[in-house]
Amino acid sequence: MIKKSASEMASALSAGEITSVELTQAHLDQIANVDGDVHAFLHVDVDGAIAQARAVDEKRKSGEKVAPLAGVPLALKDVLVQKGIPTTCGSKMLEGWRPPYDSTVVTRLKENGIVILGKTNMDEFAMGSSTENSAYGPTHNPWDLSRIPGGSGGGSSAALAAFEAPLAIGTDTGGSIRQPAAVTGTVGVKPTYGGVSRYGLVAFSSSLDQAGPCARTVLDAAYLHEAIGGYDRMDSTSINEPVPAVVAAAKDGNVKGMKIGVIKELQGDGYQPGVLKLFNQSLEILASLGAEIVEVSCKYFDYALAAYYLIAPSECSSNLARFDAMRYGIRVGEGSAEEVMNATRQVGFGREVKRRIILGTYALSSGYYDAYYGSAQKVRTLISRDFENAFTKADVLVSPTAPTTAFKIGEKANDPIAMYLNDIATIPTNLAGIGGMSVPSGLAEEDGLPAGFQIMAPAMKDDRMYKVGSALEAALLTKWGRPILESAPALGAK
Amino acid sequence: MALSYSDVISKYEPVLGLEVHVELGTESKMFCGCNTVFGAAPNTQTCPVCLGLPGALPVVNGKAIDYTIAIGLALNCSIAPYSRFARKNYFYPDMPKNFQTSQYDEPICVNGYLDVTVDTEDGPKEFRIEIERVHMEEDTGKSLHMGGSTGRIHGADYSLLDYNRAGIPLVEIVTKVVTGTGKYAPEVARAYVSELRDILRGLGVSDVKMEQGSLRCDANVSLRLIGAEKLGTRSETKNVNSLRSVERAVRGEMIRHAELLDKGERVTQETRHFHEDTGLTTPGRSKEQAEDYRYFPEPDLVPVAPSSELVEKIRATLPEKPSVRRKKLQEAWQVPEKEMAAMINADVLDLVEDTVKLGADPTRARGWWLGEIARIANEKAVAASELSINPQDVAEIVALVAQGELTDKLARQVVEGVINGEGRPTEIIEKRGIKVVSDDSALMAAIEKAIAAQPDVAEKVRGGHIPAAGALIGAIMKETKGQADAAKVRELLLKHLGQG
Repeated sequence: MIKKSASEMASALSAGEITSVELTQAHLDQIANVDGDVHAFLHVDVDGAIAQARAVDEKRKSGEKVAPLAGVPLALKDVLVQKGIPTTCGSKMLEGWRPPYDSTVVTRLKENGIVILGKTNMDEFAMGSSTENSAYGPTHNPWDLSRIPGGSGGGSSAALAAFEAPLAIGTDTGGSIRQPAAVTGTVGVKPTYGGVSRYGLVAFSSSLDQAGPCARTVLDAAYLHEAIGGYDRMDSTSINEPVPAVVAAAKDGNVKGMKIGVIKELQGDGYQPGVLKLFNQSLEILASLGAEIVEVSCKYFDYALAAYYLIAPSECSSNLARFDAMRYGIRVGEGSAEEVMNATRQVGFGREVKRRIILGTYALSSGYYDAYYGSAQKVRTLISRDFENAFTKADVLVSPTAPTTAFKIGEKANDPIAMYLNDIATIPTNLAGIGGMSVPSGLAEEDGLPAGFQIMAPAMKDDRMYKVGSALEAALLTKWGRPILESAPALGAK
Repeated sequence: MALSYSDVISKYEPVLGLEVHVELGTESKMFCGCNTVFGAAPNTQTCPVCLGLPGALPVVNGKAIDYTIAIGLALNCSIAPYSRFARKNYFYPDMPKNFQTSQYDEPICVNGYLDVTVDTEDGPKEFRIEIERVHMEEDTGKSLHMGGSTGRIHGADYSLLDYNRAGIPLVEIVTKVVTGTGKYAPEVARAYVSELRDILRGLGVSDVKMEQGSLRCDANVSLRLIGAEKLGTRSETKNVNSLRSVERAVRGEMIRHAELLDKGERVTQETRHFHEDTGLTTPGRSKEQAEDYRYFPEPDLVPVAPSSELVEKIRATLPEKPSVRRKKLQEAWQVPEKEMAAMINADVLDLVEDTVKLGADPTRARGWWLGEIARIANEKAVAASELSINPQDVAEIVALVAQGELTDKLARQVVEGVINGEGRPTEIIEKRGIKVVSDDSALMAAIEKAIAAQPDVAEKVRGGHIPAAGALIGAIMKETKGQADAAKVRELLLKHLGQG
């Protein structure tokens, strides 16, 4: 049962073929079995999960109407607060902190009867592309345990690929949902900025952060998207409009007559040939399904990475100022408040976090602000315009999700720029605030590892990504004869 | 040798800059739903948002925006059709996020003015204070430094933090550079804060209690030689918390600056703390090096863009200006200019107005608030409004005197009783057994007794030396325990001694 999709599990639950307690227990058993190798979880809430599952079972038994995903288990990225459950953001800084409140995403998961198994590993405060920056050790890619599962949400993607959970929540600031999905053969969606509430999402870069669904199928992601999405008055940047009809779009999956724009700037140099080959094959499939493929140019994308590495660190330098040992988290040293703050921040933050705080502090300093933060904001506007122009020529835009398949753990750990380049194709959507999705495009011929196909849609037109993603997914499933994850090596009891 | 104030102004021109922080009287905080009531137990009015817990996000209080627009309009400002919040980044333990959400380069109200009137040697004179901006921000928490002798962080053993105040909506009203006040700079500063306070009170946007910190003034003062163009170095005296202190702080700083400048020394650009007891200031934080707050637009909030409809709607609800209101009251009550100024100075105008509204004669009402009550308030060093006597009590006392139920002297006892917290006027009259002795035979008995005791005095009165009657009246009043009407006693006594 754990290898089925979330929608199939939901059907089995509603047909009474299985209880949520049984389903949850099966996943807890899988976690116990494989997570020693994968290390997707930082905290497993065994009792809480079983209690939630039991509550859903009872509700269903009493004939009460339940939500579509009620009783299905989920893995939650450790950057979203859940009342009473340890939340670390992969940082030593928050070791032992139990938040006194639920994030809006968690509130909605609970309202939908979705069972939260535990908290997944991540790069510290979501800064990284490999989950190696977690203070609690790296997560391993179930396709090859010596490789990274992507980042920052590597715990969530690995949990899906290792069948530890059929659904997961990620957050995406520069690709942290999509790139992990690409390198683990799973589906990840960054909704339109403001489409899912950020209340209770521990901020890395407020104007870029967006929570979203991770799953093994496009339809599962759509169900989860509808469960967590929509306006929240607790988040001023949340969009007060109905959630786009993504489930209907995923079920429809008809791309006939749709214009699909290939972004010229997001291919070529720096992209692994096998990844590009899978990308082109996917385009051919979509064309064969009746879509029209057009080429578009987004010339300011060349500056996206640079702009991102000014805006995100600037915001993070301010967002992470609150970790000062005064109210929560660890406290180190003694003496004056200032001495304690210094000592705690020195010990509590890892190298990458410090690097970005220093970068951001510098970029916002008086005398440098205009040249750095100011220019980056201008680039951001130009990138949005690039997208607007491109969307006059195409309904969705596409590119490879990440330039390469999963690299080895440790391979890029000492080369931040090489690491940053892994997000080159995903960052523009964050800067523009539009939606992006990654669906598996196949296994690269060089290394047999999964690659992702990225679909981008205009703001609040998330349904278009689901339509295209589900069409491609269905065609590839037919072509392969089985889901991509069936090709992954078996894990667990040897 | 200390300079006199006249020495200072004969040589230097003072330049002012006033920053007033006002805590808005909204029911909830600036960015969350927490209660704002003053004086609650520490850290009981907090939530994830105002504690800055990881993940929490701000949402702007719409009421605070309306209030700020009203303030801007009352100060003749233009209301920006688009304004933004920014983050002011600095570390301090009582600031939960280690940044303050404030407005920076895009404030909501700009370019206004406020006219204030000051008594000068040549009569009342009007000064126009130009307003640079009115903007919104959130207050910080409070640090309590324990163990030291001064209550300051220096020398303290440890500090306690109370976040109840964190996130209370604040409005900051900043003047442009104020010149041309000459020797009246201290009075102008005071009049500005006083007028501003009256406007804010009239708008109902704040309880403007300086002593509780809901209105605080930072006074920037600098001097330049008369005729000089270039501004001198300023000092910024922080959180001055009474009208009188504003005046004293400005005057004190002018003298201090002049003494430094006369000695050829330099004024340090710094903040200063004002001390009520000595009237002097001591150095605070240096501002020689501009601090870098790394301001940037607050990404968690959307811009504030008040529509012109909203602005006009608020404009339509503005109350009349305090100056207009004062003029009306003065005419209605037939009060001389000087008395009017005295009421404003003693801060009892509202109290008198409320007392008159309850039916009291304006002159009588004013007499009590400016007289006995002001005297006691002065003795206790508090504002008249803080005493436990209210307009209702005074109106009642005035009525009782008018009905002859109380004499002025007895009424003073009642006032004292109310202020001592013994109860409302009727309760005190009852409890203390206060009663006017109006029974003529009882009075006559007392008169006879007084004459018998001081026959020589009585003889003098009979002989036409009327002022001598005072001694007899005193004795009679004593005999009747002050419960007789002194006028009546005098009338009966003089008649009895053949002088009536």
